[in-house]
Amino acid sequence: MDLVSCGVPPGFPDTASNDGCTEEFYLNMGPQHPSTHGVLRLVVKLDGETVKGVVPHLGYIHRSIEKMSESQTYLQGIHLTDRLDYLSCHMTNLGLCMAVEKGAGFGVPERGEYIRVIMCELQRLQSHLLWWATFGMDLGALTAFLYGFDQREQITDLFEEVCGARLTMNYFRPGGSSCDVPDTFIPRCEAVLEGMKVSLDEYEKLVGGNMIVQERCQGIGVLSKEQAISFGCSGPIARASGLDYDLRRDDPYSIYDRFDFDVPLGTTGDCYDRYTVRIEEMRQSMRIIEQAIKTMPSDGPYRSKLKPVVKIAEGHVYSNIETARGSFGTYIVSDKKTKPYRIKYRSPSFSNISILNDISCGFKIADLVTILATLDPVIPDIDR
Amino acid sequence: MTEPVIEKAVAVAVEVETVPETTWDNANMIGEYVRDHFGADTWLAWGANAGICILALVTLASLTAMILVYAERKVSARMQRRLGPTRTGPCGILQTLADGIKLFFKEGFKPKSADFFTYYLAPFLPMVASFLILTVIPFDKHLQVADPELGIIFVAAISGLAAFGLIIGSWGSNNKYALLSGMRSGAQIISYEVSLLLGMLLIVLVSGETSLQGIIESQSGNIVDWWIIKMPVVGFIAFIFFIIASTAELNRTPFDTVEAESELAGGFHVEYSGICFSMFFLAEYVNMLIAAALGVTLFLGGWHAPIESWNVAGFGWIWFTLKTSAILFAFIWFRWTFPRLRIDQMMDLEWKFLLPASLVNLLIAGVLLSLGWYFT
Repeated sequence: MDLVSCGVPPGFPDTASNDGCTEEFYLNMGPQHPSTHGVLRLVVKLDGETVKGVVPHLGYIHRSIEKMSESQTYLQGIHLTDRLDYLSCHMTNLGLCMAVEKGAGFGVPERGEYIRVIMCELQRLQSHLLWWATFGMDLGALTAFLYGFDQREQITDLFEEVCGARLTMNYFRPGGSSCDVPDTFIPRCEAVLEGMKVSLDEYEKLVGGNMIVQERCQGIGVLSKEQAISFGCSGPIARASGLDYDLRRDDPYSIYDRFDFDVPLGTTGDCYDRYTVRIEEMRQSMRIIEQAIKTMPSDGPYRSKLKPVVKIAEGHVYSNIETARGSFGTYIVSDKKTKPYRIKYRSPSFSNISILNDISCGFKIADLVTILATLDPVIPDIDR
Repeated sequence: MTEPVIEKAVAVAVEVETVPETTWDNANMIGEYVRDHFGADTWLAWGANAGICILALVTLASLTAMILVYAERKVSARMQRRLGPTRTGPCGILQTLADGIKLFFKEGFKPKSADFFTYYLAPFLPMVASFLILTVIPFDKHLQVADPELGIIFVAAISGLAAFGLIIGSWGSNNKYALLSGMRSGAQIISYEVSLLLGMLLIVLVSGETSLQGIIESQSGNIVDWWIIKMPVVGFIAFIFFIIASTAELNRTPFDTVEAESELAGGFHVEYSGICFSMFFLAEYVNMLIAAALGVTLFLGGWHAPIESWNVAGFGWIWFTLKTSAILFAFIWFRWTFPRLRIDQMMDLEWKFLLPASLVNLLIAGVLLSLGWYFT
């Protein structure tokens, strides 16, 4: 059996450059591979250990969520948004809810807005912790994986207490949220944050302070600011490349304009910058939650009163929010019926994964894993 | 230092010919006993000796692998705020046995395109290599299967065999991941072997011995007579280098680029299942024991107690086990703390740092030795 006789896979140029000494070959990574974090399939062109080209193959978890949403009312469609970016499902819920609120023209009570901000930032924290854990695992530091999940578990428990679900929360509704937070929520949340501040510093020393991690991340997978803009990258990835753009600050939705927080920026756009930006974002999220807890009204309605049937005026609405992975857009076209005429989600992971070929060529196969880990794609978010 | 060894070797040779009463002068206690009871040069004695030794080694290897896997799982669990195995037997000590039985009865699956001969040959080579090295490990003064004059050369020669197993296995299974892993393992094991041997060479240089018992004898006395302390800085540096090179030889984190489950999804054993897979792992854990035991033999005084008066004849193996366990714990500690190096960084570490530094270390030791400053 010849290892290299399988022809040129789709997506690569037909002419294989051959210098007469070594033979390039194609390696199939995924859809079942430990470091593709789900069912992403990469076909990698290798020259020995060096990556010559990467073609991501999408569609292994396509569930037609946009099409399905057309046959369900707006309220019924919320649970489908959980399944887009399942690690920031509060935020994807919020995207749809905000678009519906905009179109139907009703607001959110004060307490409801605070609940939204706290939950979204806890979600960002949770998502980044999971990223930190899997980043450690991809680099071979399995202990970091367990520590990350240990911290994440506390936030997941909080979510469970609030809305009964741990992964696909389905908590927000147009006009607020499905239920009020329990009385124990705020003290519990404070306790979690208190512990997390200490352990985050400690854990960060374990991974970010490790020389091997720094050696493996610095100068790897450099994404320039221009590339980030032209590929439509957003979120921590674009900010690590120096693109100073955060929707929470630049186009504040909900009540984000009331809080004081920094937008961390990277300088070089390599894997280590993406790492530090995310770690700093976790600290900023904690800052936002602390401020929100202090100023949150202790009583009042958590949800505005809706009509029994939600309808959006004819036309189209668009909402744009900042999830843990970048800017998430919800575009609704309405024909004034109870169900949307068309829904389109703009998912950040799809744009972020498209730079993979451009930034990983020339590096080693181990770097491809590091780059993929720092891009932090969520595959259901890519495929929808 | 060399003269008594030659005398001893001659004495042993003479002894074998004449069969005197038990003198307990030989390293192999079992062999001595067998010769006493069955006669020296009978087939029965030969067979009994070999049979008992093989049985002892197989038992030791299996037990070691079992205990090490259990220890690794428990220690890593403690480091990660988990409990580890708790259900099978008291505190889960039978977990490894259960896993072993499961692996043993699993279907040994061979991919259609894999090469029959190389695919099935590969799991044996690391096993054979580790069993052969176990024969010369001095667990106690009289607890060693054989003590060849060139023991350390024997260890160096045989340990290269394990690399063949990995390369042949990865080539034979006809898988691209396995192929990449095999190429990595070849590069890695050959490179780090150099540093490992330079560490051994340093000890051979200062002790003037090549037999492992001889090296231990050269460290008899208190803790200050162990080579790690007896050669104040040089010995310590050599010990650290030895541990680093051993970790790389063992393909353990931070040098586990060969296995690299997040990159190569398991690497060389990606196509192996059932008993073949478990043989690779048995060899890996026995190799861990061997590396630790060699570190103890060369640098930490072997079976000597830290204080001379604590030495009790026949119980040196307790000290040996304690010291070996400490190094094994360090190996486990490394694995669950560090991330993995990239293959080119690993090569850089060897060829640009460890090798030159080991050579300089050896040079310094040689100069100091020729000046007669210490270690005599």
